Amino acid sequence: MAEAQIADLKQTPLFERHQAAGGRIVPFGGYALPVQYPTGIMTEHKWTREQAGLFDVSHMGPSFLVLNNPTGVADADHAAIAAIIEPLICGDIAGLKPGQVRYTLLLNAQGGIIDDLMVARSPNTPGGLYIVVNAGTKDNDFALIEAAAGDKARLIRADGDHALLALQGPEAVNVIANEIPKAADLGFMNYGAFSWGQDTVFVARSGYTGEDGFEILVHKHDALALWDALLTDTRVKPVGLGARDSLRLEAGLPLYGHDLNDTVSPIEADLGFAVSKRRREAADFPGAERILAERDGQLTRKRVALIVDGAPAREGADILDTDGNIVGVVTSGGFAPSLGKAIALGFVPPALAVPGTKLQVSVRGRAQAAETVTAPFVPHRYFRKSA
Amino acid sequence: MTTKFTPDHEYIRVDGETGTVGITNYAQEQLGDIVFVELPAIGKVLKKGDEAAVVESVKAASEIYAPVSGEVIAVNDALSAEPGKLNTDPEDGGWIFKLKIADAAEIDALLDDAGYADLTK
Repeated sequence: MAEAQIADLKQTPLFERHQAAGGRIVPFGGYALPVQYPTGIMTEHKWTREQAGLFDVSHMGPSFLVLNNPTGVADADHAAIAAIIEPLICGDIAGLKPGQVRYTLLLNAQGGIIDDLMVARSPNTPGGLYIVVNAGTKDNDFALIEAAAGDKARLIRADGDHALLALQGPEAVNVIANEIPKAADLGFMNYGAFSWGQDTVFVARSGYTGEDGFEILVHKHDALALWDALLTDTRVKPVGLGARDSLRLEAGLPLYGHDLNDTVSPIEADLGFAVSKRRREAADFPGAERILAERDGQLTRKRVALIVDGAPAREGADILDTDGNIVGVVTSGGFAPSLGKAIALGFVPPALAVPGTKLQVSVRGRAQAAETVTAPFVPHRYFRKSA
Repeated sequence: MTTKFTPDHEYIRVDGETGTVGITNYAQEQLGDIVFVELPAIGKVLKKGDEAAVVESVKAASEIYAPVSGEVIAVNDALSAEPGKLNTDPEDGGWIFKLKIADAAEIDALLDDAGYADLTK
């Protein structure tokens, strides 16, 4: 990578740490980020599944949406802020409890996915939401949210003066218990604000690797210190974007710009769970007519998980039926380090999406056997609080 | 025996009429963990620059080109079971295929040690 190209990219507050640790820096979503450290993607991937990986995801779009004139009555203010965001998405935000995080989808009028995002109800600020969107789409997402907010609420971007760290893996909870003790008590898909250093950090028990873990928003003044503090724990190693991608693929999780785009609906994307019951019944979200019809079975394509024989089938590879007819396309594909075989996500007609269906993928003109399986490829190990 | 290099980071170790082809240590470092190797068919006749094999890392596929023209006379089957040999031992146990060299003059046009070292500085 030429120095000039890297110099044109935005740097996260952790850039100097990635360089010092020997990270191979690549352009990603306009940012200079490490794709891997010297140990390599395979080692980093396995370390995350066995211990804890620390990722810099500061390129993403963390933000706060807050009412301009809160009344201080928690439920009324939450209802008011939910009413601003809900017309853009298919999730039930009004129904969130304080501190609860929800995975949801920004939709266009045709029911296509503009982005997938996390929306959380602030545990202590009435009328406040914490929203994290994807890096590549964030400017457009934020503009849509600001337009919806009008003069009722303001969006405060936290993607310039903060770093976002993801600590993922079975040991993540034990690591965080030493560093930000109260955060270890969070339930899955909950978040809170905690004191760390001179400032407040916002911690969500969430992630995109299939493992238990935490995402931590920290002010840039404290970011290096927190990164260093987490890495003093021998259970933690820094992990780059390469392993982040292979981990999320094994977890069967779709990636915006690859498996998801503004023509793909939530039902096609096998994200029907993100269309909340209350919103379905009210049919009050963008593209409701299409999405509800698809939910009733009027579907032409569906996202599937494939185990592939032989060489990895990458994004763009044709999916074939056993007679060799093209029936779909791979949208994410690669090698699964935990399984030692090639896996892929793609779209096929619903009749071929049934787990156990024999298909083929075309890799460099050669048809290789593939079979649809139930995602995830590697079981999720999210933390579930016992009742 | 001499070893020559292409600007695409293949090496060819020349022993009489036979050339052993693989990727350099520099190339394997750039590619990262290699998880799959597609070998050429024995008997395939390649022209200099033809795609001869494919090496896949976790992230991406990379084509390996024939450094010179010739016929494939052997392939390293061990790589099918153990593609990681390309990372651990690229310039010896991780060789990819052997060619019967068609035109010795093409060898002379490749980079020597010093030329390749310059390229990867």
